[in-house]
Amino acid sequence: MVDTKVVLSGLTLDNPVIPASGTFGFGYEFNEFYDINVLGSIALKGTTKEGRFGNPTPRIAECTEGLLNSVGLQNPGVRKVVEEELPKLRKTFRKKAIANVGGFSVEEYVYTAALLDKEEAIGLIELNVSCPNVHDGGMSFGVDPLKVEEVTRAVKAAVKKPLYVKLTPNVTDITETALAAKRGGADGLSLINTLLGMRIDLKKRAPVLANKKGGFSGRAVFPVAVRMVYEVYEAAGLPIIGMGGVACAEDVLEMMLAGASAVEVGAENLVNPYACREIVEDLPRVMEKYGITSLQNIIGGAHG
Amino acid sequence: MKNSDVYTVTENKNIAKNVFRMTLAGDTGRISAAGQFVNIKIDGLFLRRPVSVCDYNEREIVIVYKVVGKGTEKMSKMPAGTTLDLLTGLGNGYDLAPSGEKPLLIGGGVGVPPLYNLAKKLIAAGKEVSVILGFNAAEEVFFEEEFRALGAKVFVTTADGSYGIKGFVTAVKPEHSYVYACGPEPMLKAVYAAYEGGGQFSFEERMGCGFGACMGCTCKTKYGSKRVCKDGPVLFKEEIVW
Repeated sequence: MVDTKVVLSGLTLDNPVIPASGTFGFGYEFNEFYDINVLGSIALKGTTKEGRFGNPTPRIAECTEGLLNSVGLQNPGVRKVVEEELPKLRKTFRKKAIANVGGFSVEEYVYTAALLDKEEAIGLIELNVSCPNVHDGGMSFGVDPLKVEEVTRAVKAAVKKPLYVKLTPNVTDITETALAAKRGGADGLSLINTLLGMRIDLKKRAPVLANKKGGFSGRAVFPVAVRMVYEVYEAAGLPIIGMGGVACAEDVLEMMLAGASAVEVGAENLVNPYACREIVEDLPRVMEKYGITSLQNIIGGAHG
Repeated sequence: MKNSDVYTVTENKNIAKNVFRMTLAGDTGRISAAGQFVNIKIDGLFLRRPVSVCDYNEREIVIVYKVVGKGTEKMSKMPAGTTLDLLTGLGNGYDLAPSGEKPLLIGGGVGVPPLYNLAKKLIAAGKEVSVILGFNAAEEVFFEEEFRALGAKVFVTTADGSYGIKGFVTAVKPEHSYVYACGPEPMLKAVYAAYEGGGQFSFEERMGCGFGACMGCTCKTKYGSKRVCKDGPVLFKEEIVW
């Protein structure tokens, strides 16, 4: 018997597999495909203080082994999330979920995080300072170490649950923002968000996305994500939720050897709604193949 | 381990200019309404390709698609026997209940196919169905005889006048109790403006997942944001915001 349990800042997960924010809604709808209780946890759709429609469509563009999205944090707003979405999730999901908090000012981040922190359904807060698809928020915080530190500190003071800061890869040196989050009091880090990209329609001679630019994710970004998790693990010494292009159980192990304590699966859910369940089911076989008895013991195992 | 369903191409035939009809054998149990769609995984392409269901029975799904890019180009070259991974039963589909006695179905180009199963169901329910099929030119016309064989009254329009009635689908206005439409957005807008009374309109949008997870295809409606793939693709006339 292999042990797939992992621990994230005191929160024990049956396995490290977590659908990434923005690719799994508020979770309960995936019950149409399978029992979502097989998952380690679920990172819920990015939530802001006020409800948002997001950016104009088209906001999806296909790429080789991935896609661009410029959804722009569409969500019903934190009050509706608390009143409507979380109760629906609680009806079917017995485990703790991860709240993903977006914002446009320090005050908004604090407001939203504080409300979600009170919820029984939530086990951990992922602070999204890295959404590339909103102006004056998201990534504009995440690329500036001083702002990352400031918003982390303010939110940390307002919540009791573990706070993980979700970092953007769109910086010269991700360890700088990782260390800034650590100084601000982050309990852990979550990386990577999407890589800023663009596609141009040859017939229209114009960007495919209405918002012109979007975040690139999917299998193609996996090596970039592994490299960044590896660097941040050494530099920050905080627990990491690793993500970016994870598509199979082998990828989960690779991410964990690089330094991740748990792993989020994003774009793969969009092409294969069963992806997370398949990975969970396949993990024991792949662990045995590589002589792994406990996942918790391999975290950071690739560092000399 | 694979959990989505595997389908086998039993026929893939060119029926008009760049338009193909593909028949797929496999589980059709998740399809519950006309106007729903399937999402097809194609080797070498990241995202699935959403295609409306033209018709189905207990064993087979029929889709009609136009070659517009890499995905449909690959599909057009698939011989019988090819196996495909499909997600089925996606989207809400048309609601038959408000049709009245004389429903009018209006389709433009590849908006025509989903109306086929709709017409079949309405006729089976004893309704007197009229259909307007709009195309750009004669070489693109398809399904005129198929609709007639079901027992529908059929009008064909072509924009260049090379076949049927010259003009857009609004060039003719048969007697009707209710309107069902599917086609490009300019056509839907024109139909919306030309007809009073109730109706249902099927929309198209670039999709990520096709099953409601990514929020890529959201549109605004009078009842708030809706996902074209999950809460649509069919919207009731009264909720549409252009």
